[in-house]
Amino acid sequence: MAKHVLRLTAVVYILFLLVLPVGLIIWRTFGDGLGPFVEALTSPSAVHAFKVTITVAAWAVVANTVFGVGAALLLVRHEFPGKRLLGAFIDLPMAVSPVVVGLALILVYGRFSPAGGLLESWGIQVIFSTPGMVLATVFVALPLVVRAIVPVLEELGDEQEQAAHTLGASRLQSFVRITLPGIRWALGYGVVLCLARSLGEYGAVAVVSGRLVDQTQTLTLFVEERFQNFDQPAAFAAATALALIAVVTLLLTKLLRPKDLSDGN
Amino acid sequence: MAIEVRDVNKSFGATPVLRDVSVDVESGSLTALLGPSGGGKSTLLRVIAGLERPDTGTVRISGVDATRLSPQRRNVGFVFQHYAAFKHLSVFRNVAFGLEIRKRPKDEIRKRVMELLELVHLEKLADRYPSQLSGGQRQRMALARALAVEPEVLLLDEPFGALDAQVRKELRAWLRRLHDEVHVTTVFVTHDQEEAIEVADTIVVLANGEVVQAGSPGEVYDNPANPFVMRFLGPVTEIGGSLVRPHDIEISSGPVEGGAPAVVSRVVRLGFEVRVEVKIGTEEAWVQVTREQADRLALSPGDTVHLKPSPGARSLVLSAV
Repeated sequence: MAKHVLRLTAVVYILFLLVLPVGLIIWRTFGDGLGPFVEALTSPSAVHAFKVTITVAAWAVVANTVFGVGAALLLVRHEFPGKRLLGAFIDLPMAVSPVVVGLALILVYGRFSPAGGLLESWGIQVIFSTPGMVLATVFVALPLVVRAIVPVLEELGDEQEQAAHTLGASRLQSFVRITLPGIRWALGYGVVLCLARSLGEYGAVAVVSGRLVDQTQTLTLFVEERFQNFDQPAAFAAATALALIAVVTLLLTKLLRPKDLSDGN
Repeated sequence: MAIEVRDVNKSFGATPVLRDVSVDVESGSLTALLGPSGGGKSTLLRVIAGLERPDTGTVRISGVDATRLSPQRRNVGFVFQHYAAFKHLSVFRNVAFGLEIRKRPKDEIRKRVMELLELVHLEKLADRYPSQLSGGQRQRMALARALAVEPEVLLLDEPFGALDAQVRKELRAWLRRLHDEVHVTTVFVTHDQEEAIEVADTIVVLANGEVVQAGSPGEVYDNPANPFVMRFLGPVTEIGGSLVRPHDIEISSGPVEGGAPAVVSRVVRLGFEVRVEVKIGTEEAWVQVTREQADRLALSPGDTVHLKPSPGARSLVLSAV
């Protein structure tokens, strides 16, 4: 009996929290057929928002992948003073609100701060521009790749790398031929998670971008702005597009996850 | 000399692991580094391979000072206790790894790898992955992989330590035969004195980070440098303040010249050999005799016997404590 109650509670909980809202959005979006959906997403503003989102997410994923692999190697393979501190810092973005991140970035890179002023004098505008949005996105998605790789690297150990060295492989060769294949599923999983987080980021980007329509507007900002301006079809269409992307990435992570486990014996 | 280790010191933090270690390994020999765990033998092997850097001292491989060379440039083959198989590569690609790194032509690699796989009896499993192999097969693959690059020395770190007793014994004999075929200078680490005596032609005993003794298995067994080595290399018992091998004691029912009287406390029949536990006064000792001897003497608990080291027996006088 208790099992049934528990099950029912879970189903109702998920229904009201997840299925109903997402379902309603999709129903509203496609309520008048595919035409308005396509139309809403092909408007110049929407296409621009798509492009900005993809640009920002792509840079953020590249940066976090490179940093993530490097930091994971550092954390797992090396002993150094401040190692635990680095580990704690990497997890910081999980705890800090994205809005705080955005404000902090403005404080450091805003036009009237020393660093921001210096960059401005070199013609690089960070805040209210793509670099700032990339920075904000990198920050919020920072731990995802690192945390996906660290346990796998730990389990992998370094004996295979040592074996590769004794067989004549350089550090780079052993990384490319041994380490990378060893962590490939975990890395894929981390990258997909990072991509999903980057595409969906709102808070930090909202603060840093200045929400300039057709300039620094990402897809999430576009949804919010259209909604505020009573353009519900466009808002719902873009929201559905974001949800679909999320579902696809979720499926990708599901595909990557079991292989990852079987890979590590 | 294939390997000359001179005055090597190595500490991990404040703990010294190797102290003034000097070892010579002759070309073409099969040398065992034997000692209790924590004795520094694995660290010494890793220093030779370049996987650890000594704090002081030098390592020469084939006459070349290799102390500062990275493992990549030392041309040594290293076999790990837990195989270190490249999990994502097939058996063939595992063995081919070193040759691929050296950018050898494809057909040459194929020929060499197949030769090696035949040598280690894995030619039929070339397309398998390490996870599909047994422990013994993985270790043979690791050996073939190390041999593929024609190393100047082959280093094995407790190569059979992770295998069960039966496979261990088989591989031991097989390693000896392989060495007689390939003749590559080989150093292996073991804490199993039987393994060292059976396989090696030179044994280096390490304890507490120091070389205690080096020599042929016969020398080390028969002329141990100190009580520690004697105890470590084989069974010992104490009679009249001396360490003696239990099989080097003559036992007789009547008094003999130079013999010590003892009372039998237990007779244990272990197949062919019989272990006779005795008390000399209050001291406990034991003697190993053959079944035939035991039957002849008709030993049973409570009997008084007389013990005497057999002529030619090696014994070490224990200094009074």
